[in-house]
Amino acid sequence: MIIGGLRKLGQVTLFLGSLLAQCGPALARPRLVVHQIYNAGARSLIIIMLSGLFVGMVLALTGIDLLARFGSEDVLGVAAALGLLKELGPVVTALLFAGRAGTSLTSEIGLMRATDQLTAMEMMAVNPMRYVAAPRFLGGIIAMPLLVAIFDIVGLFGAQLVGVQQMKVNAGTFWSQMQGAVHLDDVVEGIIKSLSFGFACTLIAVYEGYNASPTAEGVGLATTRTVVASAVLTLIIDYLLTAAFL
Amino acid sequence: MRSTRNLEVGTGLFVLLGFAALAFLTTQLPSSGLKLGGSKSGYKVLAKFDNIGDLKPGAPVSMAGVNIGEVEGIKFDAKDYKAAVTLRISTAYNQIPDDSDASIQTQGLLGGKYIGIGPGGSDMFLKDGSTIPFTQSAIVLESLVNKFFANFAQRGGGGGGGDSGSPDSSAAPSGDATKEKQK
Repeated sequence: MIIGGLRKLGQVTLFLGSLLAQCGPALARPRLVVHQIYNAGARSLIIIMLSGLFVGMVLALTGIDLLARFGSEDVLGVAAALGLLKELGPVVTALLFAGRAGTSLTSEIGLMRATDQLTAMEMMAVNPMRYVAAPRFLGGIIAMPLLVAIFDIVGLFGAQLVGVQQMKVNAGTFWSQMQGAVHLDDVVEGIIKSLSFGFACTLIAVYEGYNASPTAEGVGLATTRTVVASAVLTLIIDYLLTAAFL
Repeated sequence: MRSTRNLEVGTGLFVLLGFAALAFLTTQLPSSGLKLGGSKSGYKVLAKFDNIGDLKPGAPVSMAGVNIGEVEGIKFDAKDYKAAVTLRISTAYNQIPDDSDASIQTQGLLGGKYIGIGPGGSDMFLKDGSTIPFTQSAIVLESLVNKFFANFAQRGGGGGGGDSGSPDSSAAPSGDATKEKQK
């Protein structure tokens, strides 16, 4: 069990090494990376924006219920902004990303493996790491912070919708308190978190797909493992990074 | 051909949206981000306080409730044991009399501290590097409560010793009187 875990960790690390080695050559073909940014990012836009809107709205709703008991509705903007920027934005986006983009990466690469496309590429002296794995990895890492930023903005809009439009918190107070309390560090923390989550989730997705058993069942199992491992790893990294930035 | 165009447009839209959102978050949201543009403009004024409470750099400086600048830095002045607070005031407000007073005030009951400036009557105006002569320290809630309770206990002791409801000035003598009685 322990040996197995160590072996898996070693395999992922070695895979990451060869993946990073191929990232430079993959960047030389930006068209492949752009395609993957489209797949991972642009096609996740709708679900990210919809989730962001509702997360922001529910944040404002619970926040105002709690804050009204202390007569301090004026800090609603601060609570919503910090909650979104530092925790909910990166974490929820990463979970959605694992479900939306991670699974499609794993099953796509796994299916390539199952239908011997990767082997065929190797036969033709085309490195599948360079043309299949690395562009997807880069695309995911680039798309993730952008998705988080969009999630945050839409979330703030949602919080504003409930807090200011519905619950009648003063709009000036809402925004000025937010600007007074949010520092550049908080934004940077969110960006670093999103980059780390993007890195972890995409690495897991590509690794699982690349090493999936070449059967229908194997691809299915690999996809499940991607979601589970991404979610757990995201939450663990989130705790560690939050502790580090505190 | 059409699908590649769709792909490019979609990616371009996504990247544009993403970077616009990032730019908004980094420049507009934090007060420190706004300062990047505003830090060049504005003049610095020094004010020394006996006690600044929990005033922090970045706190607003306001005059008649209007935000005119912010606290740039706080240092301890070892010479006269005071807190030296540097205020950066926007150049738009360059007609503040140089005998104005600065006081540390609280937003709401338990809110953050800010500096309020009350205008003086001088013809000369504050300029870069000048010092605000009159300052009023932060009101520390705990010490206020302590003072109140000390006062209250003193009055209560005097009342128990003799005449009830005695005014504050007679509390001390009546306390002495009870001590003499106990002797």
